[in-house]
Amino acid sequence: MFVAIIFALVIVASIAFHFWSPWWWTPVASNWGNIDDTIILTFWVTGAVFVAVCLFMSYCVWQYRYRPDRKAEYKPEDKKLEFRLTWLTALGVVALLAPGLVVWKEYVSVPDNAFKIEVVAYQWGWNYRLPGDDGVLGKTSIDLVSDENPYGLDSKDPNSKDDILVMDADLHLKINQPVKVELRSFDVLHNFYVPQFRAKMDTLPGIITYYWFTPEKTGKFEILCAEYCGTGHYAMRGYVQVDEEKDYSNWLAKQISFEKMFAKNSGKKLLIAENKN
Amino acid sequence: MSDEYTENKIEAKSADSSSGGYAPPADHIPAKESPDQELYHAKSFWTKWVFCQDAKVIGVQYALTATAIGMIGLILSWGMRLQLGFPETFSFLGPATYYQSVTMHGMIMVIYLLTALFLGGFGNYLIPLMVGARDMVFPYVNMVSYWMFLVAVLVLIASFFVPGGPTGAGWTLYPPQAILPGTPGSGMGIVLMLISLSLFVIGFTMGGLNYVITVLQARTRGMTLMRMPLTIWGIFTATVLALLAFPALFVACIMMTLDNLIGTSFFMPEIFTMGEKLETGGGSPILFQHLFWFFGHPEVYIVALPAFGIVSDVISVHARKNIFGYRMMVWAIVIIGALSFIVWAHHMYVSGMNPWFGFFFATTTLIIAVPTAIKVYNWVLTLWRGNIHLTIPMLFSLGFIVTFVNGGITGLFLGNVIIDVPLSDTYFVVAHFHMVMGIAPLMVVFAAIYHWYPLITGRHLNQTLGKIHFWITFVGAYAIYFPMHYLGFIGVPRRYYEMYDSPYMTSGVGLNQFITVAALIVGFTQFLFLYNIFTSWYKGEKSERNPWKANSLEWHTPDYPPTHGNFGKELPVVYRWPYDFSVPGSDKEFIPQHVAPSEVPTAKVEQT
Repeated sequence: MFVAIIFALVIVASIAFHFWSPWWWTPVASNWGNIDDTIILTFWVTGAVFVAVCLFMSYCVWQYRYRPDRKAEYKPEDKKLEFRLTWLTALGVVALLAPGLVVWKEYVSVPDNAFKIEVVAYQWGWNYRLPGDDGVLGKTSIDLVSDENPYGLDSKDPNSKDDILVMDADLHLKINQPVKVELRSFDVLHNFYVPQFRAKMDTLPGIITYYWFTPEKTGKFEILCAEYCGTGHYAMRGYVQVDEEKDYSNWLAKQISFEKMFAKNSGKKLLIAENKN
Repeated sequence: MSDEYTENKIEAKSADSSSGGYAPPADHIPAKESPDQELYHAKSFWTKWVFCQDAKVIGVQYALTATAIGMIGLILSWGMRLQLGFPETFSFLGPATYYQSVTMHGMIMVIYLLTALFLGGFGNYLIPLMVGARDMVFPYVNMVSYWMFLVAVLVLIASFFVPGGPTGAGWTLYPPQAILPGTPGSGMGIVLMLISLSLFVIGFTMGGLNYVITVLQARTRGMTLMRMPLTIWGIFTATVLALLAFPALFVACIMMTLDNLIGTSFFMPEIFTMGEKLETGGGSPILFQHLFWFFGHPEVYIVALPAFGIVSDVISVHARKNIFGYRMMVWAIVIIGALSFIVWAHHMYVSGMNPWFGFFFATTTLIIAVPTAIKVYNWVLTLWRGNIHLTIPMLFSLGFIVTFVNGGITGLFLGNVIIDVPLSDTYFVVAHFHMVMGIAPLMVVFAAIYHWYPLITGRHLNQTLGKIHFWITFVGAYAIYFPMHYLGFIGVPRRYYEMYDSPYMTSGVGLNQFITVAALIVGFTQFLFLYNIFTSWYKGEKSERNPWKANSLEWHTPDYPPTHGNFGKELPVVYRWPYDFSVPGSDKEFIPQHVAPSEVPTAKVEQT
């Protein structure tokens, strides 16, 4: 009796916690609100199964608790019941998977008008590179990285000249402009993650990875590294500031291009000196 | 065994002819296929209890060693929880120490505690007894297996004492960071970890071949595969998985050791770090992740399948009812095992592998939910119309069902590739895997220990301590991990030493403190359990033979607790599955596996 009630209470408490918990996700600030919808759907379907199975278990524990005069049923199999449960479960799985895959298709299909930017990750900080007026990012190579050329840009590539180098942990983006972030790492794995955008992807040394999103709310959002990258992992932060058109142009005007930086040729800012620890 | 071979040799045991016109069922005894195994008889103390070849003693050795290292893993988790709940309070917890604790806690719990306990511990003790064999087929190799495991554990412990300390690379050991100076223990620490894992795999392979071949070749007469207890099915399938999966870990360990020591570049691309370019190039960090998870995902089922099997038997025995849908349960175990090899990249949805893989791996991952759900239904349907004894093993089994279903459904979140994008690498993941492969299998470990302790020692564990242990562990662990999922929703990333004043975290401060306090209480309760184990060994209430009235062979040995050779002069002959409880028509409440049909002529059993 007591046992059945406690088990049932644990389930009821879980439901209550879910609905009254003050802890819930931060309001979405990108186009990926449909990820939240998929999660809500999954909550309802799987939550119903969890509650049903566990309450049924509690009921059995209460109804069929030991009595000396009771004899348990002897029933090795019930093909019909097993068959029905199997297909019902399969149906539930399809209901969860199908919408998920539709959204995933969207996630991996970058729109043509996306603004390509580069995120450079290193132990332990973030830098960024934006294309200049030509809208194309120049070629880079890790062999070319030096004090004078901290991004390793290929100076022979005409596209690199006007690239804008943001050697700062704070990035600005224009509202409602789809962005394709191309992720590049100098050393180990990192992950460019802004909880409000819902999107993330690892950065790897040696290859360029990417994902896309459209910022739909102005504001300042914290960047967290979401792939363990060594002792300074927890301190690898930055901010994304989503601006209206005008504020964005003001910020952009203050940034320096590769050509200018290279011309200065002073290498005053070592990449490694960015280390916040 | 072919049918023609046995057909001629059916021996019908003559039933009592006085039963008049009623023809009793004939007892079918398959012929012996091979002569009795020759058994090694130990003479001295050393060969009986230390360098021992008896699987029962080896099982206990495995279990004790795994528990000892598991306690270290438990204490490491306290350090982490203190830091997360009360940051900047404990000066001895710097970021390096924190990450080393995270890493060693994870590795110890998954490999050196759970894998060793389920397969090395329960596997060794139960396989020969439950299939009706005198011992494992290769007792000497079995002994070496344990000693390799012990050496692996000692090498692991040694890594705490080398310069730089143990590795802090996270239990996944992802290169390049695992072997670069930005990670604690990137010198000797990681090398000893890789060596220890390699030794573990070698030792496990010796044991694993034993378990598989014993199940396939040394079952007693009449013990068909479809009459094996589900415990054996679970351990057997898990061992097959481990034999196929561990080699991937083994080669990954060797390759990373070479990258670290002699400068190869298996996993190392061109890297620019600390102001200079390293002399590496051409390797792939994702290759390591594929190798690691090709081992790592089956590893989840290596822990889960024995738990599935054991809990099925415990529920059936203590509910006095046959397990519901036995054949479906067996096939579910086998199908889950097979599928577990084609889902590994669901750990890598945001790793930077080709994103189109997401479609395939999300589909295979969610398909696994079907056989798994069937198992859950069948456990609760076994309780339905049973006669449930709320013994401590049963309580832990019920706790298992709740925590496993909870952890299983959050797996449906993470397996569905798009939902994994916001939730991966957050506390949602931490909560999920602790619930489903930490707490749930541990519930079964406890159920199994309370269930089989009388068999091993001849005494019961203290019931009051047991009940306290259960309620604190179950309610406490649930209170730790259920709310933790919601930290993940806020966006709190895992493996963060501290969050400063991040807006995401400030709302979770109170919750983190609560979790830390709960974790300390639950942790201390495990020491109460250890106290119970050690004191009951010589002071516990004496157990009568077969105290739970179970049907499987291990409870029906001539000596109780079973002694060397297990079954006395004659090996038992098996006539039925181990789930004939409350059979209609029979005056017996349970019919053990070795009882011939002619001894229970009125029992209306269904063909098994």
